[in-house]
Amino acid sequence: MTYKFFPHTDADVQAMLQRIGVESLSDLYADVPEDLKLKRDFALPGAKSEIEVRRFFEQLAQKNQVLTCFAGAGTYDHYAPAIIPTLIGRSEFLTSYTPYQAEVSQGTLHYIFEFQSMMAELTGMDVSNASMYDGSTATAEAMLMAANNSKKSNRVLISATTDEKIIRVVQTYAHFQGVQLDIVPAKDGVTDHERLQEMIAEAPTAGLIVQQPNRYGIIEDFTGMASLCHDNKALFIINSVAADLALLKTPGEWGADVAVGDGQTLGIPMSYGGPGVGYMCVTEKLMRKMPGRIVGQTVDAEGRRAFVLTLQAREQHIRRQKATSNICSNQSLMALYVTIYMALMGNQGLKEAAQLSCDGAHYLYNRLIADKRFTPSFQQPFLNEFCVDYDGNLDALLQRLADHGILGGVEVDGHLMIAVTEQRTKEEIDLLISLCHEQ
Amino acid sequence: MNSKLYGNLIFELSHPGSKGYSLPSNPYEPTELPKALLREQKPELPACDELTVARHYTNHSGNNFSVDNGFYPLGSCTMKYNPAINEEMAALQAFTRLHPRQPQNTCQGALELCHTLQQSLAELTGMADFTLNPFAGAHGELTGLMIIRNYHQSRGDTKRTKVIVPDSAHGTNPASAAVCGLEVVEVQSTPEGLVDVEALKPLLGDDVAAMMMTNPNTLGLFEKDIPEIAQSVHACGGLLYYDGANLNPLLGVCRPGDMGFDVMHVNLHKTFSTPHGGGGPGSGPVGVKDFLVPFLPSPHIVKTEAGFGIADDSFIHVGQHLGNFLTNVRALTYILTLGREHLRTVGPLATLNANYIKEMLKDVYELPIEGLCKHEFVFNGLKDKSTGVTTMHVAKRLLDYGYHAPTIYFPLLFPEAMMIEPTENESKQTLDNFIAVMRQIAQEAKDTPETVQSAPHNTPIRRVDDVLAATHPILTYKQLLHDN
Repeated sequence: MTYKFFPHTDADVQAMLQRIGVESLSDLYADVPEDLKLKRDFALPGAKSEIEVRRFFEQLAQKNQVLTCFAGAGTYDHYAPAIIPTLIGRSEFLTSYTPYQAEVSQGTLHYIFEFQSMMAELTGMDVSNASMYDGSTATAEAMLMAANNSKKSNRVLISATTDEKIIRVVQTYAHFQGVQLDIVPAKDGVTDHERLQEMIAEAPTAGLIVQQPNRYGIIEDFTGMASLCHDNKALFIINSVAADLALLKTPGEWGADVAVGDGQTLGIPMSYGGPGVGYMCVTEKLMRKMPGRIVGQTVDAEGRRAFVLTLQAREQHIRRQKATSNICSNQSLMALYVTIYMALMGNQGLKEAAQLSCDGAHYLYNRLIADKRFTPSFQQPFLNEFCVDYDGNLDALLQRLADHGILGGVEVDGHLMIAVTEQRTKEEIDLLISLCHEQ
Repeated sequence: MNSKLYGNLIFELSHPGSKGYSLPSNPYEPTELPKALLREQKPELPACDELTVARHYTNHSGNNFSVDNGFYPLGSCTMKYNPAINEEMAALQAFTRLHPRQPQNTCQGALELCHTLQQSLAELTGMADFTLNPFAGAHGELTGLMIIRNYHQSRGDTKRTKVIVPDSAHGTNPASAAVCGLEVVEVQSTPEGLVDVEALKPLLGDDVAAMMMTNPNTLGLFEKDIPEIAQSVHACGGLLYYDGANLNPLLGVCRPGDMGFDVMHVNLHKTFSTPHGGGGPGSGPVGVKDFLVPFLPSPHIVKTEAGFGIADDSFIHVGQHLGNFLTNVRALTYILTLGREHLRTVGPLATLNANYIKEMLKDVYELPIEGLCKHEFVFNGLKDKSTGVTTMHVAKRLLDYGYHAPTIYFPLLFPEAMMIEPTENESKQTLDNFIAVMRQIAQEAKDTPETVQSAPHNTPIRRVDDVLAATHPILTYKQLLHDN
């Protein structure tokens, strides 16, 4: 039985069995009804050596194409400094559990406190939790918060300009929780303000969810929305792409009660969609209604500053079915990516990266629409992602680009949505333009 | 672990003018965006050079206890070794640099990988198919309950709003049921620590959507009446949900699917060795029997004649993409590394280790329920209750000796619960050392109880003031500055 992950020798096993008072390992399962036991080998491959494991995954890897990425729609190919994976890989971070024992978890508790502080700064909100699974579940949890927060209404509005996949997740949670989720229609690619006012007037509303930049990459103007929500006792919830807040007006500045979204843009590789990290920041008033872990400052028995998981009376392990959420573990290690990223970039680096992405996107946009077959889908401001309509076969165009090693964007409601990050060079953008134009 | 507190915050190392990044120069015309859409207040973030950042987080890491530091007998958390090869495979660029919206013909390797993991988990657990989308165990529970509710609703069976949960269940079970809009009904345990089948029967009716169970339960006891429980729950039209948090001891012995469970989740960060990461990312794949496959959430990976594809026709969506993909890469690495022959040894060795500790300590710690345990067991504090030394004190004293504490005050069935789970990776030598320390603490409780009660003494910080943190919450650096 000797194996690299099993330290027991046969003699050890025998000595231990004897001490327990049974004869064999199978005797340890004497209480399991015989007919429940699996009496055959697993129909799985035999053990592989590391050499064979590497070969297996390298063969799978060869069936993937790493493309020059102009796709976004919530996941972006932003720059991540080389030192992040080095620090993340430290096993003291990697192989520790949720920091329940504060005395031996100050490393984790310190960085989560730093994460919370940075996210609150970035979003312009008062407080943050220790992270959520992803942007879509964070939005769904915000929807549940709004419904639970309202005494009179369990109706939440969500703008049709929210990413389709996020809407679907929010719809799923709303359906099972019995929340009435109504979709506010779009007009010219942005939330229809007139319809929104009418819908809020029609029936009591617990919350409104909008997205920035929205599902088409458009930067929406939320002027008046916070007061409209607050006059009607609804929570104003903004989902934002985290990195874009380096330049954009923050949820706090728009008057939001809850800021949620995905933090993947802050130093986390795209990783085929996961793991990323969700975030949730709220006003101080809503602090005790937030789901998830929260780290706070305290002192130890000698009066030294220390950090600890706090406000746990909200959580499932204390409140069980009365908890604010069922969330238990979150994405702690991914929050560390974000924290180290922001520590390295600072305000200036975040702004430079966002500006470079934005300027590259506008350069691409202006040259692309010089060809009549590409027309702007909307006349709206955008940051680093935009939609165009292509007068031709879009699938064929995207396939042709893929043949040249380029992921040319994603299709959204029939439009071609293209994203540019600071990782794209001018040469890559020019190549994309020439391939699009010569089609 | 470093016993001296590092304790700085990155904000306190900020040196305005320093920077820790380099970006290409900007070759484009500057874009003019409408001012009204731009942020006015700049974020107060630290400004640091790269070495400062490197040292800061390296020093933070020194104040963490981890599996790689020492024995971590945290009950119900399965703190097994996280093999290095898992990390190497998850770092392959052909995985990390994939965009989730790539055309399917450019990511067949990733889809095949996920499909292989789905199939492997199905074989290991006796289920028909799996979704890898749930991000964590609790998220898996919620997903599983959504599947169950959707199944009942699809049959017009809308009365089923109750979920039966044993009193020994993990807190996430009732919380997940509540988030799924279901009402929780608790069923009691017998004095032997098992679900009371006679108490269960009157609770079963046409309003029961499901019963959730862990097996072995949180006392580490195998629910031997599971065939009768499964039969009774099914007879009333309810489904049986398996909380996979305690799957580890059963690997290679028996499978939830063969016990009559219809839906289950697996905690890949427990049974399949993916790192806990200080509280995530985990992964909580959900498996179902044949008749529930159509209710699995979207997107779902399927094998077709043309290759691997993504089905997107279920109403249930629990995340934007295919879950924590890189975590799933690690789990498949583990499964392939151990292979069929070593996977079946995992459960028995984990069970051997737990029973060994239990037998070696039950003369000094109170074992409330005698008999064989599985991967974990629960002591009800020290046997000698006269010393004033509680489970909390013992847990904190263990930290002084270089061990992580067990799970304490859970399950709620015993007031001084101390739940110990060693995993199969720990050697007899490690267990003997731990046992010796546990006995020494029991002796200290008699001789010098104040030493134990005031523990820990050798950790970076001493006992923390939880009440202060909750009554005077300081959750950000800005609040911290204003408070001083």
